[in-house]
Amino acid sequence: MSVVDLQRTCKPADYKSAVKPIWCPGCGDYHVLMSFTRAFAQLGLPPEQIAVISGIGCSSRIPAYTNCYGFHGVHGRSLAVAAGLKVTRPDLTVVVASGDGDGYSIGGNHFLHACRRNIDMTYVVMDNRVYGMTKGQPSPTTEPDFDTALSPGGTGLSPFHPLVIALASGANFIARCFSGEPNETADILVEAIRHPGFSFVEILSPCVTFRPDEKEWKSLVHPAPVATTNDPARAARRIMTDDGFNIGILYRGERRPYGPEFGAQAADLAELECEFEQ
Amino acid sequence: MSPKASLSIAIAGSGGAGALTVGNLILEAASAAGWQGLLTRTVGPQIRGGEAAALIRLAAGPVECMPDQFDLLVGIDWLNAHRFGSEIPLGPDSLVIGDPRGGDRPDNFAQSGARIVDIPMKEMAKAIPDGRPNMIALGIAGQLIGIGEEALDRLIEKQLAGKGQLAIDSSRAALKAGYAAAAGLELGHRLPPPAARSARRWLASGNETTALGAIRGGIRFAAAYPITPATEILEWLAPALPKVGGSLLQAEDELAAINMIIGASFGGTPALTATSGPGLSLMIEALGLATAAEIPIVVIDVMRGGPSTGIPTKSEQADLNIAIYGLHGDAPHLVLAPQSVADCLFTAQWATYLAETLQAPAIVLSDQFVGQARAAIDRPADVAFIGQRARQTEFGETYKRYALAANGVSPMALPGARGGQYTADGLTHTEQGTPTSSAVDHQSQLDKRRDKLDRFAYGVHWATIEGDGDIAVITWGSLTGAAREAIDRAAHDGVNATLIAPRLLSPVQPDQFAAALKGKSRILVVEQTHGGQFHRYLRAHYELPGEVRVLNRPGPLPIKPGEIHAALTKWRT
Ligand SMILES: Cc1ncc(C[n+]2csc(CCOP(=O)(O)OP(=O)(O)O)c2C)c(N)n1
Ligand code: SF4
Ligand SMILES: [Mg+2]
Repeated sequence: MSVVDLQRTCKPADYKSAVKPIWCPGCGDYHVLMSFTRAFAQLGLPPEQIAVISGIGCSSRIPAYTNCYGFHGVHGRSLAVAAGLKVTRPDLTVVVASGDGDGYSIGGNHFLHACRRNIDMTYVVMDNRVYGMTKGQPSPTTEPDFDTALSPGGTGLSPFHPLVIALASGANFIARCFSGEPNETADILVEAIRHPGFSFVEILSPCVTFRPDEKEWKSLVHPAPVATTNDPARAARRIMTDDGFNIGILYRGERRPYGPEFGAQAADLAELECEFEQ
Repeated sequence: MSPKASLSIAIAGSGGAGALTVGNLILEAASAAGWQGLLTRTVGPQIRGGEAAALIRLAAGPVECMPDQFDLLVGIDWLNAHRFGSEIPLGPDSLVIGDPRGGDRPDNFAQSGARIVDIPMKEMAKAIPDGRPNMIALGIAGQLIGIGEEALDRLIEKQLAGKGQLAIDSSRAALKAGYAAAAGLELGHRLPPPAARSARRWLASGNETTALGAIRGGIRFAAAYPITPATEILEWLAPALPKVGGSLLQAEDELAAINMIIGASFGGTPALTATSGPGLSLMIEALGLATAAEIPIVVIDVMRGGPSTGIPTKSEQADLNIAIYGLHGDAPHLVLAPQSVADCLFTAQWATYLAETLQAPAIVLSDQFVGQARAAIDRPADVAFIGQRARQTEFGETYKRYALAANGVSPMALPGARGGQYTADGLTHTEQGTPTSSAVDHQSQLDKRRDKLDRFAYGVHWATIEGDGDIAVITWGSLTGAAREAIDRAAHDGVNATLIAPRLLSPVQPDQFAAALKGKSRILVVEQTHGGQFHRYLRAHYELPGEVRVLNRPGPLPIKPGEIHAALTKWRT
């Protein structure tokens, strides 16, 4: 790519599409979109070299709002789509976008195996601790006393801890961000995308409509008080004991990313039928 | 094929007796001598070991189904052999050879009127250092079939090359003893001599030919979640794909497997997964996504007994309904079915070509019988179907991924192409791919996806149509061979029938079907289901003239050519 090309694609606006988001005014996801475009611009990647893959939910609408190649699939399966794409197109930068329902509930199994498989991609979960799109039901990260029509008096269940699960399952990079800090989030996304293997970025992104209480997050979040570690045991202890509002890169591992060995193109497909020949 | 044109042999034994080894050696030696054949195996419920029987049918020409009756049954021993009773039909012309010390022979073998001969295989084997009774059984079968002893001798030497001279010598000695022990015996008829070879000879299972066909059609990525009886397709592809620049990924479940292939295909790589009924059920939502987002994929369903876990190791054709009608919404897609081990190669290749050309998912309904059967066949002729996806590489102001093209197929941009950025979506979308709930867009995109499949010219491969009798035998999939044989035999009895077996089940081909049915006055529908799914499918989409009869039965027992023949010859007006 020429220098001129690079300059052409260096502004965040170049990564935004003309499609108008369906999000409620004030939704945290607007800021996540802003962080995406800023991160892509910082990386200087041509938009056509990026694929943004998602499932279903308010958060999963993000691909069409970018000017990258996008894939808006079915509920919970974005990581699988991304795995098939990245393994066959290692030249692309693959970013997966999900919500706490999409990623931790219906897609929970894929989350474990994507961490374990460690294919080079970045997984962003916009956690608002609620099912926004279906209008306010509890998700795996919702507090036990969150009272809804579907869970009168609350679920009584303790929330799921995505970062610990990611660490235990083998994710190679783990960070927590707050959507209300788009510059910091963009910086972390840049690091996550650059880091080889499976990078997991949990973005606290308030649902102003069904969780107005989450507007308080602004005052609760704070930078992680300690430096990033590459030691999973230390990272585990920190993540397990922090208050859930620690922002920063919490773990940076050194596992080798998964990639199949591609054989050279056989000169002749006929070779494959040899074993049938008598 | 008349009953006397082939010879059918069953070898049964308890766990570890080596019945399947004998079966494979017979097929291979007979094939080397020029015969064609089919080998199926039937095993007990144990994961490994346990009783097993190898069922082999040999003939001068193609063999595509099992016989009405076996000519020879060799029981290396009879422990648990009653489990196979119903799968090894015998008659007064059959010969049963067993070891008098091999346990109690199941009563139904003698009740069939078959001749019973005792040969003490165990005792004979004991007389040979390291001798094994199954090699004696091999000698007995070889002698009775008419396979030259040297041919089996050479094969043993080749197969046991790594096991040392003692193993080779003892097996040869046992083989020789088996040939000698059966020297005075005769079967009811002899196997006609093999035809002169006109093509190279292949020994392969339907699952293996399916996998090769898919690669020939262009498949370069597979996602895999193991399930009986489809696993061999995936296991064959795992080492084969890297040789042609492709790859295979093991998925955590079938939901992942199908979404992985959708991701690969979105990126431009033709992709496949293989499964059976339980896995297909999990894949249905994503098949709808591939339909709506117009992403070509190939899903091979090797059908087994259902519903639920059903009978994993036995064949049935009862996934027809879910394959054709299982998707929610109006979701036109391709459904195809191979008709024999050789045809698995063609159908998988053609399915890949059609999926890529039409940017739609293709489900290939294979089944346990054809998938796991091993066949000695002439190498099928090469065909030119190689998937070519319509692509766009130059873009103007706005790229319309889902443009309403005249033939319904809109050229696809692949990630990496500058100016072609779009979002593939399962939501109803505009021509650009932007989500919408507009009635006009919904209607026009549904029309587009229907028309691209309906307007395509599928050519002669849509069905096998043979003969010109006024009775039509309509069947599909792996029952085609049995129907063909029944029609052939009925012709000798003065009953003329036509075989109609659609290879393309969806989209339906009303004009071609009407032409095939022209002048027919009676119709016999043959299918391996409990509920008559294929008959209902035919009724829903086609005009069936005259009197219609249905011969249907669920698995696990295959419908025999004799049953179809009887239905035809008894049906006199
Ligand atoms: C198979 C399936 N089940 C249910 C739904 C309905 N559904 C759509 S979005 C959603 C939850 C989304 O929650 P989350 O991922 O947290 O996204 P948010 O809207 O909160 O951003 C559900 C249950 C669906 N689309 N598909
Ligand atoms: S419902 Fe909540 S998550 Fe969805 S767009 Fe509105 S504010 Fe955002
Ligand atoms: Mg949510």
